Amino acid sequence: MTMIRFEDVSVRYEGAAGPTVRGVDLAVPEGELVLLVGPSGVGKSTLLGTVSGLVPHFTGGTLRGRVTVAGRDTRTHKPRELADVVGTVGQDPLAHFVTDTVEDELAYGMESLGLAPDVMRRRVEETLDLLGLADLRDRPITTLSGGQQQRVAIGSVLTPHPRVLVLDEPTSALDPAAAEEVLAVLQRLVHDLGTTVLMAEHRLERVVQYADQVLLLAAPGEPPLLGDPAEVMAVSPVYPPVVDLGRLAGVTPLPLTVRDARRRTAGLRERLVGVAPGEGRPVGASTAEGAAVASEPRPEPGPAEAVAPASGASGRASRWRRIGGKGRGGGAEVTAPDAARPDSAAPDASDAEAAQAGEAVQEAAPAGAPRAARVSGLAVYRGRVEALRRVDLDVCAGETVALMGRNGAGKSTLLSTLVGLLAPTSGTVRVGGATPHRTTPRELIRRVGLVPQEPRDLLYADTVAAECAAADHDADAAPGTCRDLVAELLPGIADDTHPRDLSEGQRLALALAIVLTARPPLLLLDEPTRGLDYAAKARLVTILRGLAAEGHAIVLATHDVELAAELAHRVVILAEGEVVADGPTADVVVSSPSFAPQVTKVLAPQPWLTVTQVRRALRAAAPSEGEGATP
Amino acid sequence: MADPAPEDRPARRLRLAPQAHRSNALHPGAWWLWALGLATAASRTTNPLLIGLLIGVAGYVVAARRTSAPWARSYGAFVKLALVVIGIRLVFAIVLGSPIPGTHLIVTLPEVPLPDWAQGVRIGGRVTAEGVVFALYDGVRLAGLLICVGAANALASPARLLKSLPGALYEVGVAVVVAMTFAPNLIADVQRLRAARRLRGRPDKGVRGLLQVGLPVLEGALERSVALAAAMDARGFGRTAAVPARVRRTTAVLTLGGLMGVCAGTYGLLTADGTTYGLPVLGVGLAAALGGLWLGGRRSVRSRYRPDRWGLRAWLVAGSGAAVATLMIAASSSASDALNPGVVPLVAPTLPLLPAAAILIGLLPAFVAPVPPPAEAPVSARSAKPPRMPAKEKTS
Repeated sequence: MTMIRFEDVSVRYEGAAGPTVRGVDLAVPEGELVLLVGPSGVGKSTLLGTVSGLVPHFTGGTLRGRVTVAGRDTRTHKPRELADVVGTVGQDPLAHFVTDTVEDELAYGMESLGLAPDVMRRRVEETLDLLGLADLRDRPITTLSGGQQQRVAIGSVLTPHPRVLVLDEPTSALDPAAAEEVLAVLQRLVHDLGTTVLMAEHRLERVVQYADQVLLLAAPGEPPLLGDPAEVMAVSPVYPPVVDLGRLAGVTPLPLTVRDARRRTAGLRERLVGVAPGEGRPVGASTAEGAAVASEPRPEPGPAEAVAPASGASGRASRWRRIGGKGRGGGAEVTAPDAARPDSAAPDASDAEAAQAGEAVQEAAPAGAPRAARVSGLAVYRGRVEALRRVDLDVCAGETVALMGRNGAGKSTLLSTLVGLLAPTSGTVRVGGATPHRTTPRELIRRVGLVPQEPRDLLYADTVAAECAAADHDADAAPGTCRDLVAELLPGIADDTHPRDLSEGQRLALALAIVLTARPPLLLLDEPTRGLDYAAKARLVTILRGLAAEGHAIVLATHDVELAAELAHRVVILAEGEVVADGPTADVVVSSPSFAPQVTKVLAPQPWLTVTQVRRALRAAAPSEGEGATP
Repeated sequence: MADPAPEDRPARRLRLAPQAHRSNALHPGAWWLWALGLATAASRTTNPLLIGLLIGVAGYVVAARRTSAPWARSYGAFVKLALVVIGIRLVFAIVLGSPIPGTHLIVTLPEVPLPDWAQGVRIGGRVTAEGVVFALYDGVRLAGLLICVGAANALASPARLLKSLPGALYEVGVAVVVAMTFAPNLIADVQRLRAARRLRGRPDKGVRGLLQVGLPVLEGALERSVALAAAMDARGFGRTAAVPARVRRTTAVLTLGGLMGVCAGTYGLLTADGTTYGLPVLGVGLAAALGGLWLGGRRSVRSRYRPDRWGLRAWLVAGSGAAVATLMIAASSSASDALNPGVVPLVAPTLPLLPAAAILIGLLPAFVAPVPPPAEAPVSARSAKPPRMPAKEKTS
């Protein structure tokens, strides 16, 4: 039975040059999970909005054609009259909450529909269990972590038992583990209750394996394509690393899960044996000789060098560097816990490796590079909550560090402390020789810049040009400095564009340009890939690599394991406010099931991190073969 | 959230009140009645000792029974406001003079000469101890009222109170609650954007900084309101049941007619020759308006999820407030001297024992109201954390 039917639907907003969505004519059967994919700005949210009736009843604009949900025409039914068949969760769960405690929030939709009290009670209890929220039932929603809030938001639309769920980026704000939890719940709803789910998501590596069908919006105004996930992925401009790897290996049908990929790309793994993964990765492990080098003493022995090339990976039992705490520099063991954190050895190591690596590798910090930031023994209290405890971290010029860890682990707190928004309770923080929270803002922006989670917070003016002029003034930079940076990072943006009209990725680039105007040697980014599509992410990676090559130290807090694999020299994992792992990217992520990128999982035990790396290595090893498989 | 540790259990059993959970939660109306009772008592006396005792009673109950919910933090704000009120009252009495004749001169301020038309107004001049003490008593009484209201605010969730409104008033109530949450959100936005100013290298303190974030803050607040409206609509807010036209018309007539009756009746009561028809008209008007509300409720399809029940504990809490108010009113006619200590001549206020004992009845909620679970006990400085960075505790 058809649950959602689009009949020649097009949506055009007022003042827009053309329709945002055009020629949508398809049917979604009951009980399927349909994934909506496509680059930013192709109208995914608009299409989702037409199902719940919020487009056009709430957003304005003109909808042509007809959308029917469970037989109800959205032209004649307002969102409130569809509330019993459609449950909608938008991008920001906080904007969704109407009441203030978890239990009331779950009941709200049912109260509006006028369900009987005993029915409401039973469904709330069931939903609390289904989503694992029973312990949080009386908690105020604002005190929950991001993952918990997302689950409450989904729960709150589940209780009226809608037949259709519409979700806009349900996992983009979540850490990998929380995202898997949410997706497991969705899968259970589809399988057990026959709920129809329509979901848009940028992080395909997380969701594509759950989809029954994929709906591709390839470009703005282009008619969408609905089909089998593997078939659509073959032509899609956006695809997860595992699909990229499948394309590279020339596998048909394309693998969508790590498991499929492992089974189908056995040949690729064989081809890669004996090839060094040194190229195309930020922290190269070895030279072309591969495993042979690993046993040789390095010139700068240190724990940060405990990189496991091909043969070494399987032998490494220790998961976390801090726990392992062993260097492998010429057999010398470094056992003191503090020494296990790369101090001066880290940049030297990356330097040595980078020197051996190919073109894509950033020029890492030169030996003895100045330290951009030093954190030692840091503890930060927020109220009575100990947000950070005994944190030590050194960041050198030219180095890129990824801070990872689940929602609420203290990543944002650490970044806030580094820019002086929070004062340390104990311990010291030094950034470029200054103590951030005692430095005047004007002085501080020359030493450290933070692009916050919501780049919009940095933007006040009503045009890009005014924003740039203000940034030049704030930073005492020559007029035009910021505009030049914007032109470089974001070509083709008109001076009179309002920052609000920029896409998520463009806004991030603008905020980055503003922060860079003061040329801070240390650059911090909080969750920079939230809401970015693969193309925008790739541009960001290129920009950040360039900055690191110029000698900027970069620290990014992220849940995006693929980004960390692409970009970071070092990964620091925080849990409950403590550093639990700190080491070269390959080393830390390879051993972790939740932080390992897909390529690593597929090609394990070989320590590959990204598809770029594999492609480059193949090309180098057998040019004709490699070229042939490259799309 | 976890169960209390085993060694806690015996201690817990000694208490009169169980641990609070959803089904034994005290009706928010009971808290409001209790607080209004204390406030009524505070308005009946100027004795600073008695009012201090009242404030102490309210504060003790708040400390014993408030949760860590966001609205529970408002108590501190009310206490600060009360102190400001006392300060303002004192400054006015000193600068503008006091009508109280006094002999104990503290200081003579230079008096500002004012033109004739400003007769009766004085700026500067004699400041007497009597005037200052009178102003202090007055300020303390206002502060007591404010703190009682603050206590109700901290103890009763505004959203839960909303659930007790009649169906026809629900949508109005939602508007009020949304408006009430507007201010805290606005403050959170201001804090976040001022922090962001620091990231742009501009000073994050001072009035200019505040003004410059004004526009983005308002923009953000408006956007959030629209998002909230969309979310509420998508979740069925405002669905109405089909009601026959006859019922709709009757509702309108009853409500409008009833309100007019209430106006006419009140007017009658207040005028000299209308006392005969005043009371009946007021009664009929009220009845008609209530009938209109009840009929109006039939248009709403809403049901209520676990409404708070008015049980024995609610009676005790509300009753303790009512008892304090009644006893104070009774005392104010029998022992008005002790309740309103004179300032001319200046005498030290004494603590009248019976009214003081009456006020202590107000402590009853601290023993009979359900105890908030430990995980919900307030964490004092939590409000200081900047937004967008959720609390660090993890339960999942």
